[in-house]
Amino acid sequence: MVTTSNLTYTYENGEVLSFPDIDLTPGEHVLVLGPSGAGKTTLLYLMAGLLPATTGTVSIAGTPLHELLRRELDHFRGHQMGMVFQQYHFIKSLSVADNLRLRQSFPRNNPDQERMGALVQRLGLKDQLHKKVTALSQGQQQRLAIALGLIHRPKIIFADEPTSNLDDDNCVKVISLLKEEAKLCQSSLVIITHDLRVMSHFENRVML
Amino acid sequence: MKLSFLAYRNMVSKPLNLLLSLLLLTLSVSLVTFAFQLSKQLGGQLNKNIAPVDMVIGAKGSPLQLVLSSVLHVDVPTGNIPLKEASQFYKHPFVESAIPVSYGDNHQGFRILGTQPQYLDFYNASVNTGRMFDHSFEVVAGSVVAQKLNLKVGDTFTGSHGLAAIAAESHDEHPYTIKGILTPTGTVIDQLLVTKLESIWESHEHKKEHAEEPHEHEHDDEDHDHEHEHDEDREITSLLVKFKNPLGMIQLPRFINENTSMQAALPAYEVQRLTGLLGSGVRTLNGIALAILLVSGLSIFISLLKTIRERKQELALLRTYGLRTRQLLWLALLEGLFLTFIGFISGWLIGRLGIWLASSYTQKGYGYALDVTAPDKIEWLFFGLTLLIALLASLLASKSIFKLNVAKTLSDV
Repeated sequence: MVTTSNLTYTYENGEVLSFPDIDLTPGEHVLVLGPSGAGKTTLLYLMAGLLPATTGTVSIAGTPLHELLRRELDHFRGHQMGMVFQQYHFIKSLSVADNLRLRQSFPRNNPDQERMGALVQRLGLKDQLHKKVTALSQGQQQRLAIALGLIHRPKIIFADEPTSNLDDDNCVKVISLLKEEAKLCQSSLVIITHDLRVMSHFENRVML
Repeated sequence: MKLSFLAYRNMVSKPLNLLLSLLLLTLSVSLVTFAFQLSKQLGGQLNKNIAPVDMVIGAKGSPLQLVLSSVLHVDVPTGNIPLKEASQFYKHPFVESAIPVSYGDNHQGFRILGTQPQYLDFYNASVNTGRMFDHSFEVVAGSVVAQKLNLKVGDTFTGSHGLAAIAAESHDEHPYTIKGILTPTGTVIDQLLVTKLESIWESHEHKKEHAEEPHEHEHDDEDHDHEHEHDEDREITSLLVKFKNPLGMIQLPRFINENTSMQAALPAYEVQRLTGLLGSGVRTLNGIALAILLVSGLSIFISLLKTIRERKQELALLRTYGLRTRQLLWLALLEGLFLTFIGFISGWLIGRLGIWLASSYTQKGYGYALDVTAPDKIEWLFFGLTLLIALLASLLASKSIFKLNVAKTLSDV
């Protein structure tokens, strides 16, 4: 599903980072671990095609990202990838339901009310649907961020530090949630973190 | 979900920004459309009313006043002229038709105009109900007068001396009888009570006690000698002249002004002078409105620039959803266009409301009703100009979208 080969990235200050190769089969989960500044988020953006690699290639579902035109890459990313960011990003002028509908609408207009109902039920957001996202608690925002990464049934889910601000109980809950949802969608899951509490939940690990 | 919905939600999520930009745009559009319609409709009415009359001959004084009083019926006359002196132009080789008019009385503010039946032909007016006047003190009422005063054929009224609605004296001894109601023409005749010239003469002769006894109105043709004597010193207010050819317009006014005790005024020239004076006011107003339009364009630019900066992360998020740069650009443009559209519509509506309110004033003061019309070609062009300014402002504000670094914006990589 995800294959990276000889990836390197050069920062504006000239620093060059090299990354180990990753080869992930469909539905497989991987944990990318590393200390702060190791380039975890950079690796995630390289895999998502949001940063251009200095050298090396990334292929997702057999498609080499570097061969896609920019608009094709945008479409591919929107359709095939789900992203859960470390900092929560929402459209603040919209309600919870409208944020989820918006994610379902791009890049293909595919509103699926049933899918949204089931997902918010599992994530405990059913009663928050009509609230503004700014009115949600920290935990609710975290769950909404996960819902936004999953609602369009992506083939691969990228999660950047999904547990960094959580206590132990919630850390376990979020990891279980991501794994369950990935299983339900038959998606591959890439979690990038420095949080060692997560290690025990994954057999497949990459160290940076 | 469509991008238009997102643009709309983005727009209304900042009510203060929205209100400021909308206020400026609405103010500008309402001023421009109001001034344009007012000038266009008043100009149109003036031109329609003066069109049948090439020249007015009246007492010396202000030529503009002569035109305003004798053709447009919005001012007091400059005085009277001897019928005998004016009548020499009836058969002048340059003159196609010459119609004497005389007035000085009103009924509840509507002028009673003494003239000949041919006056109606000037404005293509015809009798809708009843018949034309045949004798003194028979009247045909213009459609607006009949409607406003609820006049019907057979009704009688007495004229009041002077042209103001509240007059001190009335001619109770000479009641007028409505014999016909005219079809609406959209011209000044709709506002008049038209009667024979003799009605005006007789009512005023009586007042001046020139008449030896009260007149029997139905004996006009019975005593020709008596009438002939009167004709010698009869006066009219003015003579409305239509030329046979343009040569008359060149030669006759100068001849009259230099060789008679009367003055000749050309309505087309005087009205052009008048609208030229009014036009400078309208141009100033339009200039101010256009300046406000540019400021509102600037306001849209600043508002959108601020919005795009504040929503940089949201725009980057949308890129991860698969939206292309041009879709993000379209999103920003839509916001500007919505604002322009709402601002233009509300400004246009307020402009028309102004026309509607002004109409009651112009109707009361000058007898000119203003129509609340659909947008015309110039207003559509103005809408295009407004859109163009908003589009340019939005494009300039959206420039940063092209340089959006998604990774850096979302997590400072």
